[in-house]
Amino acid sequence: MSEAGPRIAVLTFPGSNDDRDALHALELLGASGVPVWHAEERLPDIAGVVLPGGFSYGDYLRCGAIARFSPAMKAVAEFAADGGLVLGICNGFQILCEAGLLPGVLRPNESLSFLCRDVVLRVEGAETPFTSACSTGQRLTIPIKHGEGCWFADAELLAELETKRQIVLRYEQNPNGSIDDVAAVCNERGNVMGLMPHPEHAVDPLLGSTDGALILGGLVEAARAASPPVATAAAPL
Amino acid sequence: MKATVLVRPKPGILDPQGEAVESSLRQLGFAVGDARVGRVVDLEVEASDETAARAEVERMCRQLLANPLIESYEIELR
Repeated sequence: MSEAGPRIAVLTFPGSNDDRDALHALELLGASGVPVWHAEERLPDIAGVVLPGGFSYGDYLRCGAIARFSPAMKAVAEFAADGGLVLGICNGFQILCEAGLLPGVLRPNESLSFLCRDVVLRVEGAETPFTSACSTGQRLTIPIKHGEGCWFADAELLAELETKRQIVLRYEQNPNGSIDDVAAVCNERGNVMGLMPHPEHAVDPLLGSTDGALILGGLVEAARAASPPVATAAAPL
Repeated sequence: MKATVLVRPKPGILDPQGEAVESSLRQLGFAVGDARVGRVVDLEVEASDETAARAEVERMCRQLLANPLIESYEIELR
């Protein structure tokens, strides 16, 4: 018996380069990945959205600053406002911050170096849909690859996010100068999350860690729960 | 009307680009300190007068040209 997985859209902007990896990872984890071009004004019938990594619009002006005006982003904002699950990875995180769907902003790494390596993350909040497969305090090994991953919020905003439990992941050893070691944040409602590390690159033992499957698997399971059941033979107990 | 927008990292915001420029200038023998790197945007604005042009460019700054969390801006019109 094969059950169709939840449909999860992966947006492609001009300059996205992890869209196919994200689609592959989602398929591997049992979802049905739906590629969506940024110029689409409407999202197809989906239960989740991934904004992938890359260099949308060549990172012109500020990372993510131009992509957030893509027609599809208006639809993503509406989807998020209705409680839809949205995960931004790396450039996707930058876009969500610029779009005001997530707090803070991503800036050039403190070292000015492009960083490409595995990092260890600590799960701060396991109550989001994206971290529901993790436990608080759990360590995850997931790669980063970014030049502008230094997340910033002023002291007041940071305190507010801490109180509202919106800081989801922290680096064990801060690679990029991010304030308070923050690696991932979510919105107040918890249905939108952004992270700099790349869970889609950590789903296959061939590539080292499979800890990314916990994050993306969380999204897939939450999307499955959010999808209207496709009742083929719904027999009551 | 022509407008020039100067976008700067806000005081206190870490500016690694500025630090790299400063250290390079020092290596060249220049006695400099506190270098900060911002951005210049030159524009042409259609507006009836300077007040309207300024208001228009202000809106551009708030919506796109600067990120208020980390950047300040200055508008020059001529």
